[in-house]
Amino acid sequence: MSASTLFEKVWADHVVVPESDDTPAVLYVDLHLVHEVTTPQAFTLLRERGLPVRRPDLTLATMDHSTPTTPVSSFRDLAVVGEGAANQIRQMDQNCRDFGIDLLGFDSEQRGIVHVIGPELGASQPGKTIVCGDSHTSTHGAFGALAFGIGTTEVGHVLATQCLLQRKPKTLAVNLDGQLPAGVSAKDVILAIIGDIGVEGGTGHVIEYRGDAISALDMDARMTICNMSIEAGARAGMIAPDDTTFEYLAGRPRVPQGGNWDAAVGRWRKLASDNGASFDKAIRIDADNLQPMITFGTNPGMVIGINDPVPDDTGDPSFRKALDYMQVTPGKPMTQSAVDVVFVGSCTNGRISDLQQAADVLKGRRVADGVRMLVVPGSQQVKAQAESMGLDRIFAEAGAEWRESGCSMCIGMNGDTAARGQLSVSTSNRNFEGRQGVGARTVLASPATAAASAVRGHVADPRTLS
Amino acid sequence: MEPITSFQSRTVILPTRDIDTDQIIAARFLTTTTREGLGEFLFYDLRHDQDGGRKVGFALKKPEAQDCEILVAGNNFGCGSSREHAPWALLDYGFRAVISTDIADIFKSNSLKNGLLPLIVDVGTHDWLIANPGVTLTIDVTRSTLTLPDGKVVHYPIDGFARYCLTEGIDQLGYLQQQLQTIEKFEETRPWMP
Ligand code: SF4
Repeated sequence: MSASTLFEKVWADHVVVPESDDTPAVLYVDLHLVHEVTTPQAFTLLRERGLPVRRPDLTLATMDHSTPTTPVSSFRDLAVVGEGAANQIRQMDQNCRDFGIDLLGFDSEQRGIVHVIGPELGASQPGKTIVCGDSHTSTHGAFGALAFGIGTTEVGHVLATQCLLQRKPKTLAVNLDGQLPAGVSAKDVILAIIGDIGVEGGTGHVIEYRGDAISALDMDARMTICNMSIEAGARAGMIAPDDTTFEYLAGRPRVPQGGNWDAAVGRWRKLASDNGASFDKAIRIDADNLQPMITFGTNPGMVIGINDPVPDDTGDPSFRKALDYMQVTPGKPMTQSAVDVVFVGSCTNGRISDLQQAADVLKGRRVADGVRMLVVPGSQQVKAQAESMGLDRIFAEAGAEWRESGCSMCIGMNGDTAARGQLSVSTSNRNFEGRQGVGARTVLASPATAAASAVRGHVADPRTLS
Repeated sequence: MEPITSFQSRTVILPTRDIDTDQIIAARFLTTTTREGLGEFLFYDLRHDQDGGRKVGFALKKPEAQDCEILVAGNNFGCGSSREHAPWALLDYGFRAVISTDIADIFKSNSLKNGLLPLIVDVGTHDWLIANPGVTLTIDVTRSTLTLPDGKVVHYPIDGFARYCLTEGIDQLGYLQQQLQTIEKFEETRPWMP
């Protein structure tokens, strides 16, 4: 057999009906994650057609997008987020009950952002196909899964048949060689990659992140990188599973147990791309030269080094519109911009090591006057772990707000928003106009950069605070 | 779904590049549980100023934009979220096609499943369309062509299966359901899966 890539192996393992000129492939789905915002219309379709959910056992539901993160004690308090969201949450509950789906609902200790809980429960495993009505499903690719976001119509397809109609995407290898310098984290890596290939650089492709600097990363960091693959337009991002992956998964509730675990690890070890496997495209990035990165514009490809000046006006009207919206000046670094809000959280940077990195900067320091800082754990389990490590006290003593888990200010659907004109340094993944609130201006950054900016009161290089 | 074979309409132009799904329909309008009625929220923050008033000068608000069913947008349209609310809002507003030089994967897939045509054209054609708002185009889905006012015919790429579903009015779930026996057999070949 010819040499295959990781993606090609996982793809081939799930083709139920091969693609032809006339028809796409029928691709089997091993894990379907669902949340309250992108599924109600799919359940309506099933009801209209009298269809059951074919494999409720391969479907896992939670609530994260429109759920409040202000500490609440009971389901009744949900009215605080508005009638629309409360209705959506009630429908999710009803749909899961009617169709027999396991729901990690509002009162579950295992609830959290869908892309945080899948890995945390061990449901996201190497070699699986994982889909969700959410573009950041690419996160689960960190385990060597083929994981991608789908629309609501496709959610209906998977609920009804456990399959999707797909054309085989192309492959893009991103090689990260060398060693990351101190103070530079996974978020800086992925921002640098998107800045390099652009927001449409990955369109039609599945990215495989490879190289020494990737192998050296822990699972939280790998998830941060795969998470933002979609921000480069890619269908998915993947990293070959290795001992780091297996150590992370071992003993988690939803992984195979006993002898089945050994058998699974045996299968997973064969998934890495073969020597000599070829990719449709490849790029190389030198980790040694990376620095903390931030965005200056209104898409995640508008990226600069933390101390670099905002690039010159290209004359392109879209570029100028972005600079006007952000109220930034070409030729000046962003480190002079005053910060109003700092958000640490989201499926990109809401895991325990992300919170730890923010806490390392905040410890013994104070959030600057006039800055509001929100720390929102990615799941209830991350929250509990952070509290057991005393991170919540570090945040509280620094003057930051410590919240329940959820998407929160990443998307601003639950009442957590930045106000018009405010500058928000955020560890989330999208700096689109209005993403964090109407007229709010977002600078994407790592947890350390976000925390340093909170302390200084302006966009700041975390290396100056270590 | 109604079959779509061909139609004719004038264009309206949004030349900004990288228009993301948050701009097409903002997250705060996603707390809905139906597909209907999202047109009023389409491009909401581009159409309305700070006080909720209408932004003068925004292309969609001009009288000549009424009844235009073809949106010509800047490069890389529809990037960002997987929200199908984006094509639902465009369709509800009255659009039947979006033309750009590049259209994001998930947006394209979502659009085709709802009968909104995501059309990718070459840079030359795109430049011309941006420079000439309000021209009448004929879109022939059966042939995958776009006819410009001077009679020039431009081919656009489209997946054959998606085109077949559009022109026949077939919904893809029906096709998948026909494969159920094969799907069951496939499941039996994988003893390690539940
Ligand atoms: S944290 Fe943000 S990006 Fe992640 S699932 Fe929630 S809304 Fe989407």
